Amino acid sequence: MTASTPIPITPVMVAEHGLSPEEYARIQELLGRDPNLVELGIFSAMWSEHCSYKSSRPHLKTLPTEGPRVIQGPGENAGVVDIGDGLAAVFKIESHNHPSFIEPHQGAATGVGGIMRDVFTMGARPIALLDSLRFGDLDHEKTRYLLNGVVKGIADYGNCVGVPTVGGDIYFDACYKGNILVNVFCLGLAKADRIFLGKASGVGNAVLYVGSKTGRDGIHGASMASAEFDDATEEKRPTVQVGDPFTEKLLLEACLEIMKEDWVVGVQDMGAAGLSSSSFEMAERAGMGIELDLDAVPRRESGMNAYEIMLSESQERMLFVVEKGHEDDALAIFKKWDLDVAVIGRVTDDGIFRARENGAEVVNLPIKTVVTGALKCDRPTQKPAYLSEVGKLDLSSKEIPERGDEALKRLLASPTIASKQYVYEQYDHMVRLNTLVLPGSDAAVLRVPETRKALSLSVDCNPRYGYLDPYTGAQIAVAEACRNVACSGAEPVGVTNCLNFGNPENPEIMWQFQEAVRGLGDLCRFFDIPVVSGNVSLYNETKGEAIYPTPTIAVVGLMEDWSLHCTQGFKQAGHRIGLLGSTLEELGGSEYQKLFWNECRGRPPQLDPKTERAVQRLCLDLIRQRLIRSAHDCSEGGLAVALAESCFTGPKPLGADLVLSGGMRADALLFGESQSRIVISFSEDALPSIESLAKQAGVPFAVVGTAGGSKFQIKIDGNEFINEDILTLEDIWKHSLGLYGNRVAG
Amino acid sequence: MKCGIVVFPGSNCDHDCYHILKHVLHLDTQWIWHKDETLDTFDFIVLPGGFSYGDYLRPGAIARFSPIMKSVIDYANRGGRLLGICNGFQILVESGLLPGVLMDNAGQKFICKNLTLRVDNNQTPFTSQCRPGEVLKIPINHGQGRYYADDETLKRLVDNDQIVFRYCDAEGNTPETANPNGSLDHIAGIANQAKNVMGMMPHPERCADPLWPEVDGQTIFNSLIQSSLTPS
Repeated sequence: MTASTPIPITPVMVAEHGLSPEEYARIQELLGRDPNLVELGIFSAMWSEHCSYKSSRPHLKTLPTEGPRVIQGPGENAGVVDIGDGLAAVFKIESHNHPSFIEPHQGAATGVGGIMRDVFTMGARPIALLDSLRFGDLDHEKTRYLLNGVVKGIADYGNCVGVPTVGGDIYFDACYKGNILVNVFCLGLAKADRIFLGKASGVGNAVLYVGSKTGRDGIHGASMASAEFDDATEEKRPTVQVGDPFTEKLLLEACLEIMKEDWVVGVQDMGAAGLSSSSFEMAERAGMGIELDLDAVPRRESGMNAYEIMLSESQERMLFVVEKGHEDDALAIFKKWDLDVAVIGRVTDDGIFRARENGAEVVNLPIKTVVTGALKCDRPTQKPAYLSEVGKLDLSSKEIPERGDEALKRLLASPTIASKQYVYEQYDHMVRLNTLVLPGSDAAVLRVPETRKALSLSVDCNPRYGYLDPYTGAQIAVAEACRNVACSGAEPVGVTNCLNFGNPENPEIMWQFQEAVRGLGDLCRFFDIPVVSGNVSLYNETKGEAIYPTPTIAVVGLMEDWSLHCTQGFKQAGHRIGLLGSTLEELGGSEYQKLFWNECRGRPPQLDPKTERAVQRLCLDLIRQRLIRSAHDCSEGGLAVALAESCFTGPKPLGADLVLSGGMRADALLFGESQSRIVISFSEDALPSIESLAKQAGVPFAVVGTAGGSKFQIKIDGNEFINEDILTLEDIWKHSLGLYGNRVAG
Repeated sequence: MKCGIVVFPGSNCDHDCYHILKHVLHLDTQWIWHKDETLDTFDFIVLPGGFSYGDYLRPGAIARFSPIMKSVIDYANRGGRLLGICNGFQILVESGLLPGVLMDNAGQKFICKNLTLRVDNNQTPFTSQCRPGEVLKIPINHGQGRYYADDETLKRLVDNDQIVFRYCDAEGNTPETANPNGSLDHIAGIANQAKNVMGMMPHPERCADPLWPEVDGQTIFNSLIQSSLTPS
């Protein structure tokens, strides 16, 4: 088939391409004519929410993106932060939610592939992956299939390419039963003065296609990710791409090899909207034009037409621009790695994108119009009606348990809290020999090869807090990710975010989005941490039921001396246990509330940014002065769970003898999720120094007990509340998720 | 002393082996590209872990046809010391230098974790620095590491002391719970009859950098260095 016979565009075709009549009228107005079918397809993909950020951009513009360390902020393939020694940390988080729900294995695998390409297109070698996953509740019939499929997809892809998956987080909540979330973060290391950008500059320079051949897979993936799901969603399976991690590995090595050359001008991954987005965006950034010969594009099957070639989302493909005269040098390097490669076009100076097929021009579009011309969506916002109802929580009507043993066991067994060993043992988390702190502590810590430095990584978001108050929920996500990094001994240097929400055409969802972005921006400004990259995933909604607002935050921290890293487990019997920060009577949005009262209501925990900062700084000081031997953030499940986890995760399991003073409901004291708290342990002789530093910092500090023995005991005001064998608790915590995941049926 | 590391397309523990041999143990360490057809002279050669050719078809099944493998097989048949780690072990089995097969793990899942193995033959160039029965802490990282061979082959392995490592618990015992992948007779590593070729699923290069507290993997490389000092 050729495009030589123009097919008239009908309103039905416009609607099938996900464009509104207003958007189509704008296309006609901007072009001064009707587009042809190929051009309509390009507009459809490029103006989709996924590619154009048309709903989110006005809000994202408010985020702080600058700082003395920032080499590259948002707008490129990934963000870049200077870490000294001539090196830069390159990182980004991205979602692959919609494809992962439709086909969990390939959806998650290609999510891993895509984010790694975003990082190595910048000239960085990927050194670590994190995954932030959200699934429906365990009772839902598809949850086990989705969990195992996603985990296997991540493992198959990341393990094969040889990039360690060093951490992440997993939550289970019914709000995700129709829309799971798969957010993948990748960190790379590059020389600070060798960062590559997605720019097609230099008239006459060659445009090279490299990687897998183009097939018919994934056509309209970007449009699929920009619509709600319904009963026919599973029929969209053919729009999910299939990953080939082996080609990705070859592509990675070949790209890093070619990037040593001075004649590489620019590079971009062919991600969503494939050849269209990469060529249009690269030309737009450089203010140039591009002409492509589609007959030169390597194809997997014959008979593919221009429409399919321009919109295919086949994986593991990159677009390079190299200086003219160096085409053969480039081809030689890619051929060494057995990759398909071809010169498919040239950079021009007129700002027009032209594509030829069989010698005839099939696309002629002004680049700026396509890239920046999407209708600005100043979407209306409205405070959701549900908030006035769920905001009410009367604790006085709730019974206070006489003992906490059963509650603690149920919390430890909750898959959101239980050890994620079942998952991370399926991931290669050691390859490349940089992982100093293996999965299972607050943050993963990676050494920076050939320096004294280390980087610390954490990803976080509690969706229930965001449901009850998106502003506070987003702030807590940032605060907690930073707290995790501080507990490892590092100082946050950059943030990347993945904002997962429902349908933005619903004003209540748009309000959640606006509030979350405001919270994220306010806290990052207060903490003075730049947001250097990010991704937005909207339309996470099935039949009108949206997910809870989930602004996933990943934080990268830097420590100057890797030997000063800290982990969460108690190190030896006899060490004293202390708590930094204060506990309030807060149960709104907690895991305890959900498990025992089956509700999510009230206010989320308070967050006072000043207190949070003081606690984190104190924790860092204590680690740097080698005064403490462990530090662990209190989060889901509260103080009791944090204490128990520290008991399980040291060199060997240790019991603990803990004495608390009450002054509030016992369940709130032990299982409430008050923010800005860190459990620490230390040898007795460090106590005076810790007390005096805490006093100077104005941070509440209390000694709460001693590590050791075989029992986990907590007394409140002299009355025993919990007394359980530590190995029994550990067994529950360690195996709960695996027992669920490995169960064959039912 | 000179050692070589073969790089197949998809090898991904090649850099880690290189780091240990070159930067930690200070050996003259060379890359060997899979498309090369001739081999330089080496004291020992490592086939590193990873996913050569994406593990497509079967792990190691395509790598054995790489141009370099003919020379590697000749080298081994002439008595050259050859260590295959993880995917390297799978390639040794596929190319017939070692008997048996490596199948999908019994649990049908990829496993990455630290565990313990027992040295059941310390009279090899790869284990000469180990005590008999010594328990080493070395991580595994594989989806297809379940060793299997027929009865006759297993008997030959046992009779010839070719079973070098068995998965065990911290005390060196071999209860079923200490077998991570369902390997026959807890086999974690075997040598050929002449003991100049060894394959092992665990990754000694992952616990050989003194940056970490655990460096049991060094024992294996140190054994290779020691045995290379004495002519084979």
